[in-house]
Amino acid sequence: MRQRALGTALWLLLAVAVLVVYVLAPRFVSDFHTRDLAHAGVFFIAIVGLNLLTGYTGQISLGHGALMAVGGYTTAALVVHEHWRDVWTIPLAGVAAGIVGFLIGLPALRLSGLYLALATFAFAVAMPSLLKKFSGLTGGGQGLRLLEQAPLQVTGLSGTVTLFGHSTSQNHFLYYLTWGIGLVGFLIAWLIVRGRLGRTFRAVRDSEVAAASAGIDLARAKTTAFAISGVYAGVAGALLAIQSEIVNPLSFTFLLSILLLVGTVVGGLGSLPGMVLGALFIQYLPDLSTHVSTAQGVPDFVFGAAIILVMILLPMGAGGLLRRLAEPLTTRLYTRP
Amino acid sequence: MLLAFDWTQLAQQIVIGLASGGVWATLAVALVLIYRSTGVVNFAQGEMAMFSTFIAWSLVHHGLSYWAAFALTIAISFLGGAAIERAVIRPVERAPVLTVVMVTLGLFFVVNGAARWLWTPETRSLPNAFSTRPIDVAGVAFSIQDLGTIAVSLGAVFLLWLFFRFTKLGLASRAAAVNPEASRLLGVRVSWMLALGWGLAAALGAVSGMLTAPALASFDQNLMQPVLLYAFAGAVLGGLDSALGAVVGTMLLGVLINLLGTYVDWIGTELRLPVALAVILGVLLFKPTGLFGRVSAWRV
Repeated sequence: MRQRALGTALWLLLAVAVLVVYVLAPRFVSDFHTRDLAHAGVFFIAIVGLNLLTGYTGQISLGHGALMAVGGYTTAALVVHEHWRDVWTIPLAGVAAGIVGFLIGLPALRLSGLYLALATFAFAVAMPSLLKKFSGLTGGGQGLRLLEQAPLQVTGLSGTVTLFGHSTSQNHFLYYLTWGIGLVGFLIAWLIVRGRLGRTFRAVRDSEVAAASAGIDLARAKTTAFAISGVYAGVAGALLAIQSEIVNPLSFTFLLSILLLVGTVVGGLGSLPGMVLGALFIQYLPDLSTHVSTAQGVPDFVFGAAIILVMILLPMGAGGLLRRLAEPLTTRLYTRP
Repeated sequence: MLLAFDWTQLAQQIVIGLASGGVWATLAVALVLIYRSTGVVNFAQGEMAMFSTFIAWSLVHHGLSYWAAFALTIAISFLGGAAIERAVIRPVERAPVLTVVMVTLGLFFVVNGAARWLWTPETRSLPNAFSTRPIDVAGVAFSIQDLGTIAVSLGAVFLLWLFFRFTKLGLASRAAAVNPEASRLLGVRVSWMLALGWGLAAALGAVSGMLTAPALASFDQNLMQPVLLYAFAGAVLGGLDSALGAVVGTMLLGVLINLLGTYVDWIGTELRLPVALAVILGVLLFKPTGLFGRVSAWRV
C-alpha cells in the first residue's frame, strides 16, 4: 500500500516537474532560441504520432512529411483563401491529415515491413511535385504566404500576443502554443498506449497472426493507427505553417519524412518520453554539427554518422536507455516485498 | 490524325526510353543484390553511385581517358562498397529491418555530405562516352550514345549474371543469401559474402552513375537521387528479389515514362517522377511480388 502511494507521489512529482520545465524553459534561453524550441515542438508532436504507428503498431512510415504537408497546406489555404484566424485552423488540419492517413492505411493493409516503407516513401517523394501541379489551391512552387496574403489572420504579428490578460512575445507565444499542444498530444498518446487500443496495437506489432487469432480486426487496427498518427502529423504541419508563415513544396520534401523517422528511432521506438530527446536530436544536431566545421557537406556528414552510431550503439534508441536507467527504481517500486 | 502519327518518332522515343531504362537497370540490379543478401533496401545506393561518379570525374580531370577512368572507378567502388559493409552494416547484421534501414539512411547523409565536402558545389560535366552522332537503322535515326548506353548497362548486368551462375564464388554467395545457416556449416564465409554483395552493388552503381553523368549537360551532388527513385520503381515492378525482373522492370518503366512524357501533355516532364511513384504504389498494391518475384510464404 505504501509502495503504491509512493509510486503515485513520484508520478505526480514528475508531472509537476514537466509542467515547471514547460512554463519556465523560455526564461533561460533567448527570444531567438525560443523559436528553435517551438520548432522542436513541431517535431515532437509529429514523432509522438509516428511512434504510435511505427513503434507501437509496427508499421514503418517514410511518408509522414507528406502528412505534415496536408496539415500545413490545410492551415495555409484556410487562412489565405477563407480568411480564418491561423490558430483556429489547427483542429481542421489534424482532421484533414487524419483522413489522408486513413487512406494511406488502406494500401498498407496489404504491405508490411520494407514494402510499406517503400510505398510511403513514394508518397513522400511525390508530394512536392503534386503540390506544384495543383497550383490553384497550393500556390504552386511559390507556395502560400500567410503574412503577405492574409496578414490580419496571423496571430502575434504585432510582436506581442495577449492571452488571458497576459502578454508575451510572438516567439514565446509560439513556444507555449506548440509545446502546450505537444503536452496534450503526449497525454492522449499515453492514454491510448495504456488502454485497450494500445494493447491492440502492440498485439498487431508483435504478431499479426496471433493478434488475428485473438479476435483483433487487423484492418481496423492498422487504419486506426494510421489515422491517429495522421492527426498528429497534421497538427504538427499546421503549427509549422503558423511558425514559418509560409508553406511551399520545399518545406515538405522527403528529407522531412526521413528526419521524422530518424527522430522516432533515435528517440526510441515504443517509448513516448524518448520522443522529447528524438525531437531535440533532429532539431539541434544539424545546427550543432556546423560547429564541427562549416565547410560544405560536413554538417550532413556528422548528422549521418551520428545516426549510424546511435543505431549501432543504442539500437533501442534513447528511450531504451532511459528505461534501463529507470529500471532499478521502477522494479523496486512495483515489486511486493 | 492517325495518319499523321510519326512512327519514326515512336521508335526513337522507345530507344531513348530503353537507354534511360538501361541506366536505371544497373542501379536497380544493385538494389536487388543487396536486398537478396541483406534483406533491406539500401537507401544510400544512389549516393554511393554519385560518389563513384565524382571519383571518375576526378580521374578524368587528372588526364585519364573516359574508359580508363571507368575501369579504375569500378575497382575503387567495389573496394569502397565492401569496406562500407564491413564498417557499418556488419555491426547491425542481426538487427531488425528498421535498424538496418536507418543505417542506410544515415549512410545517405554521410556519403552525400562527404561528396559535397571533398568536391566543391560547382556543377561539372563528364565527356561523352560515345559519339552523339546519329546512325541510321531501317530509316530511323538513333543516337549512338543511346545504343551504347543500353549495350554497356546490359553488358554489366550480363557479366554479373555470368559471375553468379558459373563461378564457385558466385555459387557460394547465392547459397549464403538463400540459406545462411546451411552455407556456414558447409564452410562458406557468409559474412564475407555480404561484403562481396555490397562491393558488387557499389561497382554496378558506379556504372550507372558514369552512364548517367555524360548524358547531362552538367551534374552536381544530387545527380543520382532521381535515378535511385526510378530504380526503386523498376525493381519493385520487376519484383524486388529478381535481378532479371529489375532489368525488365526498369526498361519497361523507361519506355513507359518516356512515351507518357512525350505523348500526354498533362504529364509532360514535371510529372514523370510521380508516374514512377504511382507505378511503385500500383504494383505494391495489386501484385506486391512484381512481375518476376517469388511469392513468399512462411509457416507460423
